This record gives sequence, structure tokens and C-alpha cells, in this order.
Amino acid sequence: MGRDAANGRGALMDLLAIPRLLLEFVLYLFEVMPDLLPIILALATPIALGALCGVLNERSGVVNIGIEGIMLMAAFFGYLTGFALNESLGSFPAILMGLAVAVATGALLGLLHAWLSVSVRADQIIAGTMMNIAALGVTGYLNRLIITPSGRGGAGVVPPFHLPDQLAELPLVGPILSMFLNQGPIAMSVIVLVLVSQFVLFRTRWGLRTRAVGEHPKAADTVGINVFRQRYMNVIIGCAIAGLAGAYLTLESTGAFQNGMTNGRGFIALAAVIFGRWTPIGSFLGALLFGTATAFGFIVVVHPAEGELGTLMKSIPTYWYAALPYLMTVVILAGVVGRSTPPAADGIPYAKEGRA
Amino acid sequence: MKDWRARLGPTWAVAQVPVYSIVLAFAIAAVVIIVSSAFTRTGFDPLLPFAAYARLLAGSFGSGNAIANTLVAAAPLMFGGLAVGLGLKAGLFNIGVAGQFLVGAFAAAATGASLATAPTIVAMPLAMLAGAAGGAVYGFIPGYLKARTGAHEVVTTIMLNSAAGLLLTWAVNDLVRAPGFSFPRTADIGQSALPFVGRNLHLGIVFAVAAIFLTRWLLDRTTLGFEIRTVGANPSAARYAGMRPVFITALTMTISGLLAGLAGAIQILGVTGFYAPGITATVGFDSIAVALLGRSDPIGILFAAILFGAFRAGAPLMQIETSVPIEVIDIIQALVILFLAADLIVRRVFRVRAPKVEITEMATVTGSWGGTPPTGAAR
Repeated sequence: MGRDAANGRGALMDLLAIPRLLLEFVLYLFEVMPDLLPIILALATPIALGALCGVLNERSGVVNIGIEGIMLMAAFFGYLTGFALNESLGSFPAILMGLAVAVATGALLGLLHAWLSVSVRADQIIAGTMMNIAALGVTGYLNRLIITPSGRGGAGVVPPFHLPDQLAELPLVGPILSMFLNQGPIAMSVIVLVLVSQFVLFRTRWGLRTRAVGEHPKAADTVGINVFRQRYMNVIIGCAIAGLAGAYLTLESTGAFQNGMTNGRGFIALAAVIFGRWTPIGSFLGALLFGTATAFGFIVVVHPAEGELGTLMKSIPTYWYAALPYLMTVVILAGVVGRSTPPAADGIPYAKEGRA
Repeated sequence: MKDWRARLGPTWAVAQVPVYSIVLAFAIAAVVIIVSSAFTRTGFDPLLPFAAYARLLAGSFGSGNAIANTLVAAAPLMFGGLAVGLGLKAGLFNIGVAGQFLVGAFAAAATGASLATAPTIVAMPLAMLAGAAGGAVYGFIPGYLKARTGAHEVVTTIMLNSAAGLLLTWAVNDLVRAPGFSFPRTADIGQSALPFVGRNLHLGIVFAVAAIFLTRWLLDRTTLGFEIRTVGANPSAARYAGMRPVFITALTMTISGLLAGLAGAIQILGVTGFYAPGITATVGFDSIAVALLGRSDPIGILFAAILFGAFRAGAPLMQIETSVPIEVIDIIQALVILFLAADLIVRRVFRVRAPKVEITEMATVTGSWGGTPPTGAAR
């Protein structure tokens, strides 16, 4: 009898504990906000740029699962350029050259993907898989052959912009300002690129044509839009942006190259595209969400919560926090995907009538 | 002589594009090796590819041990290739072999370690079963999500690959770490190990070849196999014929994961003997290449797996003796896939009038990209 009563009280206490812990959690989030916000955009940058590549590709009707590989190749060749020119040109010009090479690498691989998908009409998922394996091979090969034996580092990183301390220390506004402005040039350019792409895709003739060849290439063809050219241009521009994402990894974020350093970001970008329903702004929000989950994994280690909440959060192993972004992507994909519609001709090569 | 040719004719018609793709891939990789040799300390060496390929051949088929090494490397690729190939037959692209491999390997290692002192006849099958079950569960998740919600398996399986690596690192660190080692790993598997059938060749190769023929039988001779192939070719037609595409999709991914889990299990029970975080598994991507090269056909996969097994077995010798980086294998692999995807190149170069390589299953995979559930029906 007494035992039952004790059990009942225990259950009641548990019931009250959940809202209390939730409240504590919200307070904790507010507390760590100044540390959390500045790193979110940095973590989201490569994903957001990759997602922009995915949006431009898929809006024109080309599926590109090779974004991961294109990022990795661009990251490597950008780094290699900085590495090679560092001594003769000095650090900053070498980094700028590296940046240009990374973007050019992206554009060239975009040309290859467009050729395979649009002209050869190869299967686009196989073409993307090929790109991913090739990237691991080529970068690993050259890294082992050239960079590792040299024993020296690259050209360093582009210096980030520094917000004046008075601004960064403002309450509430400070962290938000530093989230967007205490960044390197590539991270800052993300917002501009996203807004420009959104405008171009939905408010210009170019965008209308792009969406037309992605939805109904035959109709677009009959009104005189060059389907092949439109797809080529979108894939190449998109992949150049993915190249910028690669440059971010080696020339702005870390200053070093490691084999396979893209670490799935290109695929997370694809999930962000679906999450954002094939719009630049939507996929950017998806990337920010992912960046937040990753940043949260760091923050719980650096700034652990205290009290009851702290005990609970510490009982979850850090590896689970690290896996959170990936598991979250799976859940989001399962929850969102059924309710969002891709461009109708996504992944389907276009053949003019009368040509087999 | 003519009779011999006539009999080989149909096989050659199917096999010639893959064979030419391999030849072309080696030729282009040779150019890469020559050009890149100019940037090394040894300097420009136009004969380097011949030396490298000779070492590759010596390391994979040059001696009894080399052949055994090739077969040991080929066995998990057979399972992995079957996993990818079976998925393709149902219109599913399982890039999650890497993750399912890890889960299977971990499950086999943990079970094997706990049964280390039991007799092999009991311990080994149970450890294998655990590996199969682990892989099956990890394949079921993306299969179920694809079937129910349309979440494309290409993205979900990649995410699950990353998650598997992290969560298994935690599991080894916090749950089953063996005491007395300087790094986190599971305990020795002892009696659970696969027995050797000669040299360093373990029983796993026998299981792998058996799996090849079993899968062939499943696909060609059973109702389930027919349903899998029909769902892959045309989900709507399958539904109108009274099949259950949702069920078949989830089941195929589960079987696919099971095969990938077995690949992990034989690698642990036959080669490494324990699971440690960060064991690099090239099996994941290799399996995709094997399945595509083998045209998703079990017999094709058998030969493709032996070929890529030979690459993996021979590459270390090549790197040591000619300092051509091991990653050249990945480059060759990517080139083979490139030429299979764009067989137009192969047909131009070799002037063959082969029938166009139609990887018809892939049409369903790409077609479902935006997330139409395999039922094709609005829910």
C-alpha cells in the first residue's frame, strides 16, 4: 500500500519534472546564445552554398548528387594553388588565386556533369556517384604524392572581418550582428548569393526559363527556349558555387586539407534543398538549422548546463550530440519530403523529338 | 572454334562494354600516373605505369598467398556488391552499405567476443547471425522511410553512414571496450573466428560464393524475386498486378542491409578479429562499383568483386615498391563507372556496335528522386 503511494508520488514528480526541465532548457539556450550564434553561420556556410548548387541544378531539371565530390575537389585544388604560390606571391595573393582556382574547378566539373547529364543523357545518379568516388581518388592521390611529402602547410586563411568590440558586446543585438558580420568574406557572401539567386530564379526572365526547362522541357522547347543551353548554364553556375563551398573549407575555415574533409556536407546540402522546397531562401534556412544542431553539439561540451538539466544532458554521451545533425536530417527528410514537390522533369534527360 | 565463339557470343555481347571500360580506365590512369610523376622527387617517368601495374598484378595474382589475399578482399565485396545490386533490381540505390557494414561488423564483433570461449560450431554462426541482423536493421530503417514517406534512400543512407560511425565509436568506448588495450576496441573473438580453409583464406569466401548463387536463385526462381524485379522496373504496374511495392521496398532494403552486414561480419570474424572505431571501410564505395560493373547480375558481381578484390590486395605492394599512391585504385574505379555511365565514349573509342548499356533499374532510382513514394499514389 505504502509502496503504491510512493510510486504514485514518484510519477507525479516526474510529470512536473518535464515542464521544469523544458523551462530550464530554454533558459540554458538563452544563456549560451552569445556563444552559439556566431558559429552557426560558419557551420552552415558550406552546406548553404552546396544547397544553392543543388537548387540551381534541380530547378533546371538535373539531379546532382556529386556536390560532395565537387566541393572536395575544389577544396583541394584551391588549397593546392595556395600551397604552390605561397612562397612566390605571398600569402594573400596566393589565397586569392586559390579561391579563383577552386571556383573554376567547380565550374569545370559542372561542365562535365552537364555534359554527362544533358548531352550524353547518362544516368544522373551514377554520374554523381562517379564524381564522388573520383574526388576521393584524385584528391587522396595528389595529397599523398605532393602535399604530404613536402611537409609544409598551405597559404593560411583569408582574414575574417572583425566587428568593433562595442558593437559585438551589445546585449541581444551583439550576437546577431557578430553571427553575420564577424565572418570571413565567403561566409558573408552566402547571404548575398542566396538573396540574388532567389530574385533571379523567381523574378527574372532567366529564372522563368530555368524553371520552365525543369518543369516541362518540351513546352519550353516549343516556345523557343534552348533547353540544353539553359541546363548547361545552371549546372555550371551551380557547381561554381559548390566550388566556393570547397574554397571555404580549406581557404577560410581550416587552412588545411584532409582527405575526405567534406564529410557528408554535400549530401546534407541535398537534404537542405528538399527541406527548403527547391528555393534558395528555404534551403538556406535548412542549412542554418543543420548548423544550429552542429553548433549545439559543440556548445554542450564547452558550456555544459548546470543543476538537474546539466545532469540529464551530461548523461547523454557527446557522440550522440555529434550524431544529432545526421539523425535530424533523416527525420526531417522523412517528415518533409512527402509534402514537397520537386520540379517535374528533375532527373529526366531531355531528348528532342526525332532524335533517339 | 566457331562453336566456341558462338557459345561465347551472347556473354561477350553483355560483357564487352564493361571489359572495354576497364581497359580504357587503366589507360587513362596510366596517363595520370605519368603526368603526376613529374611532380615527385623521382621525376618524370613515362614507364612508371608499367612498373606500377606489374606490381599490382604481382600483389594480387603473383603467388599462392597473393591469390588468397585477393579472394579474402573479394569476399566482402561479393556481399557488398550483392547488397547494392539487389537494391538496384528493386529500383533502390543503397549507398548505405558502408554504414550497414559497420553495424554488422560491430554486432558480429560484440557477439563473437561474448562467445569467445564457446565451441566454434555454436559461436561462429551466432556471431554471423548477429552481423546479419545488425545490417538488416540498419537497412530496414531507410527502406521503411522510403516506402512510407518517400525520403530518398540516397540521402538517408549517407546520413545513417555518418551516424553509424559516431554511434559505434560511442558504443565501443562506453559499452564494450575491452580492458588492457591502449586504444578502444572490442575484446578478442577467440573461438568465434571463421576457420581457415587454406593459407590465410577463411571460410567467408565460401559463404560469399554461396550468397551469389542464393541471390541468383532468389531473383530468378522465386515469386519474391519476380516481385522485386517488377517493382524495380515499374512500381505502378506492380501495384496494379496486386503486388505490394511498399512492403517489397522495405523488404529489399532489409535484405540488402543483411548482405552488407554479412560483409562486415566476415571481415571481423575472418580478418581483423575485433572492432575498433575508425576501421576504414572502403567496402562501401567499392561495392557500388562492383554492382555497376557486374550489371547487378550475381554472376557479374562475382567477377567484378574478384577484380576489385585484386586491386585492393595488390595496391599496397604497388604503393610500397613504386610509390604510386594507393588512391589510384579509386581513380580507376571512378573511370570505370564513368565509362559505364557514358558508354558512348567506349563505343566510339573501340568502334563496337554493342547494344546500349541500359542500367534500366537506375531510371526508377533517379525518377523517384523528388520523393514520390514507390506506391506512386497520393496518400
